[in-house]
Amino acid sequence: MTNSWTDIRNTDLVVIMGGNAAEAHPCGFKWVTEAKANRGAKLIVVDPRFTRSASVADFYAPIRQGSDIAFLLGVMNYCIKNDKVQWDYVKAFTNAAFIVKDGFEYKDGLFTGYDETKRDYDKSTWNYVIGDDGYAVVDDTLTNPRCVWNLLKAHISIYTPEMVERICGTPKEKFLKVAEMISECSTPTKTMTSMYALGWTQHSKGSQNIRSMAMLQLVLGNIGVRGGGMNALRGHSNIQGLTDVGLMSNLLPGYMTLPNEKEVDFDSYMSTRGFKPLRPNQTSYWQNYKKFFVSFLKTMWGAAATPENHFAYDWLPKLDVPGYDVLRAFELMNQGKMTGYICQGFNPLLAAPNRTKLTASLSKLKFLVTMDPLDTETSRFWENHGEFNDVDPSQIQTEVYQLPSTCFAEDEGSLTNSGRWLQWHWPGGTAPGEAKTDNWIMAQIYTRLRDLYRKEGGAFPDPIVNLDWSYADPGEPTAEELAKELNGKALTPLMDPTDPTKVVVEAGKLVPSFAALRDDGSTTSGCWIYSGCFNENGNNMARRDTSDPDETGAYSKWAFSWPVNRRILYNRASADLNGKAWDPSRKLIEWDGQKWSGYDVPDIAPTAKPQDVGPFIMNAEGVSRLFVVGMMRDGPFPSHYEPFESPVTNLIAPKIRGNPVARVFKGDFAQFAEPASQEFPYAATSYRLTEHFHYWTKHVWVNAVLQPEFFVEISEELAKEKGIVKGGWVRVWSKRGSIKAKAVVTKRIKPLICDGKPVHVVGIPLHWGFTGAAKKGFGPNSLTPFVGDANIETPEYKAFLVNIEPIAGPVA
Amino acid sequence: MNMELSRRQFLAATGAGVAGTALGAFGFGEIEAAHAEAIRAFKLVNTTETRNTCPYCSVACGIIMYSKGDLKKGEKAEIVHIEGDTDHPTNRGTLCPKGAALLDFVKAETRLKYPMVRKPGSDKFERISWNDALDRIARLMKDDRDGNFVQKNNDGVTVNRWTTTGFLAASATTNETAFATYKVVRSAGMLVFDNQARV
Repeated sequence: MTNSWTDIRNTDLVVIMGGNAAEAHPCGFKWVTEAKANRGAKLIVVDPRFTRSASVADFYAPIRQGSDIAFLLGVMNYCIKNDKVQWDYVKAFTNAAFIVKDGFEYKDGLFTGYDETKRDYDKSTWNYVIGDDGYAVVDDTLTNPRCVWNLLKAHISIYTPEMVERICGTPKEKFLKVAEMISECSTPTKTMTSMYALGWTQHSKGSQNIRSMAMLQLVLGNIGVRGGGMNALRGHSNIQGLTDVGLMSNLLPGYMTLPNEKEVDFDSYMSTRGFKPLRPNQTSYWQNYKKFFVSFLKTMWGAAATPENHFAYDWLPKLDVPGYDVLRAFELMNQGKMTGYICQGFNPLLAAPNRTKLTASLSKLKFLVTMDPLDTETSRFWENHGEFNDVDPSQIQTEVYQLPSTCFAEDEGSLTNSGRWLQWHWPGGTAPGEAKTDNWIMAQIYTRLRDLYRKEGGAFPDPIVNLDWSYADPGEPTAEELAKELNGKALTPLMDPTDPTKVVVEAGKLVPSFAALRDDGSTTSGCWIYSGCFNENGNNMARRDTSDPDETGAYSKWAFSWPVNRRILYNRASADLNGKAWDPSRKLIEWDGQKWSGYDVPDIAPTAKPQDVGPFIMNAEGVSRLFVVGMMRDGPFPSHYEPFESPVTNLIAPKIRGNPVARVFKGDFAQFAEPASQEFPYAATSYRLTEHFHYWTKHVWVNAVLQPEFFVEISEELAKEKGIVKGGWVRVWSKRGSIKAKAVVTKRIKPLICDGKPVHVVGIPLHWGFTGAAKKGFGPNSLTPFVGDANIETPEYKAFLVNIEPIAGPVA
Repeated sequence: MNMELSRRQFLAATGAGVAGTALGAFGFGEIEAAHAEAIRAFKLVNTTETRNTCPYCSVACGIIMYSKGDLKKGEKAEIVHIEGDTDHPTNRGTLCPKGAALLDFVKAETRLKYPMVRKPGSDKFERISWNDALDRIARLMKDDRDGNFVQKNNDGVTVNRWTTTGFLAASATTNETAFATYKVVRSAGMLVFDNQARV
């Protein structure tokens, strides 16, 4: 989230699209209710199903899953055509005026530079014209036909209301009503918030779904303001934190990136991370990258990280591919190229796509380790559970360790919520049996591995035996010790850069924030964006002061919000070019002629003059990007692509199948149904129920009673067509698997008319497996395709093709 | 404003009332007294309150856990009740159908209690001690790393990577556990590393 849950109270319009907050995030959704009741805010829901969010919406519009980009670019096109643009914001705070290189073009669904065999682009033309002064050339009049604004206008002009109806199945008048309501938020005094979740991310073009809405929010001037923003509703309690701390193949903590093997040394790595400002006076905060990177390396390897060995740069593993994400991991397993796999609180047998492939892959491992408070399906993938897990244990040679861990109630530490609040929690109960904390388990594995290397030697022991592990009890680091490590400390006295006689941080003291970090090895910080979470003021994540001056919803003294306790990102954009709030009733920070101050920690240098320094300080441009240079694999603008399995062909680019640059492994393509397939004619999607959380609550008695049994949801029309009765049994199958379920025949799903042809939607909730208190059942991943988003490899769970037929139920 | 204190005071006062000292003062006669005795005492009397957050979605609602026994005093603590934290700015005491049933998660029958091993080809899990399990896991990891670690690629560039054992991190462990995990995984040179953000 750019904003926070409690900030939603400040909005005028909530758009829930790609999510279902009323059911999946009920207690956060109350802030929507609050905004409706107290501000007269409106709620729009756009979804293939008439969800509980839709049931309390002011307006609901249906959409075919996988067509969100067409819808959103359609709304943007409507806003621009009808002059519903917050012009001052767009001109000053976006790259609308930047001139794009000649040669950049979009045609027939592809941008310049496409290589079909590599499924990738040569992105060299996707860039700005750089002037003789070294800065990007701009045209503030927006008349140059090659400026971003004019290219954007041309790019989205195809997405007319008629085209949106043909692609999305949203009736034209419903689309126009949504577009009109959204366009009203282009005034400086009206704002809209976007609340989305995995309904947008779980597509082969998930990143561009989100980008489309972010761009629309920029056109309307809704980023950085109270009640506005792009608000990702993370699915799990600390998926934000796990990502912030960099637990992904290609990440370092704090959104720095792991080197690839072309970055042969420290200097070549840093050479592409200079972040030179692209316009005069701009902050380009990533220019501090080296400070954060060196402080991280010092945290890892302490005294062994020296200037002479470039702070142990070589000890970081170097990537040969963009990333070893979970899909690539299972692909490698399936090819027999992996020996072991360790799953910490993750149940991939149900959570990753194409279960048949997953089972085959796990069966090829030498060993599997799971750590979990619950008895997961993954840990029992080798056990026969009849049709729910039809395997022969004697044929599976994998050695499996199932390690019991504590749960939240028995563990201490911080979780980062969607709004970037790091909240500390305390243990209140004794763990059952011999269950241990994850800290203990990880430390026990580490110290054993380290001791084996000390004793026996082996393959390059240096990074393991030199890892800084100086905890009071090396067998179980405490949460406080680790939190202080994340925050960082001074290793030598830190002198004031403007007065070399003055010490600003004494040696050994925790740094107040990342502003104190240095690139010479004199500081540590495990995750720079978390710096300030636990400093000499104490554990800021444990703060419980509920004061909220003028009821802005900021709650600045409750817990700690990264970065530096900032509650709304880009908050300098809440004020105009002179530093005055766009909307005086929603003041956030303002410029008083000398400095910025207000309700939130300014997202800009406190003395940065508003006319000179742009609000988007992390971007080298100083402004936000309607056209993104080089960072998105599938284009600088979003473009409509169908899901890999689609009930229709791509109307605007009939030759393009799926996302043209999404990675597809050999063998998986053959397992995709053809577009507009006769064999698999129905458009399936997956979702959560309000009574369940992922695959956890089927272990919880109350929730298992509330929703005991797997089902699929279909329209009355499809039920009639197929002879399926309410509560009757059905078989649902895709090109990859087959499941059985009871049918819920509902008015909540209606057939959509896409380009004149009816499309039936089949809804598949995701909460059942073969362990726990609920009845045994299946998950959508028995059916879903093994392909992810082109940029970040989130599997395409939300749009795939199935067939369905009534069957005789099991004998009771 | 220290809401925690005021809340505790409130509960302490309520507790004292139910415990019986004030019964006479309220004028209960014998029948009422007998009736009052038959009513179970307020179950949160003499429990320890601990603040926590709901482990499910990312709203991170504040919760209060009530336990018999106090971990801070080194006692065994059994959680007997969980409710929403009325002081929490986001949820203000409310919980959803999942959060309201958290006690049943803590006490789920399928909570794991002991390390288990499933040997190759076997159709069952067997108990194993922590020591034996961890020793074996470290041995399996080291043997694989020693056998498959790549120090230099074909161009002679130092790459120091290990791609034959992978690690999947969670979605609900703490940031602190996340960092401990990060250190262990990366220092070993592992690249097959992901979390649940994608699903």
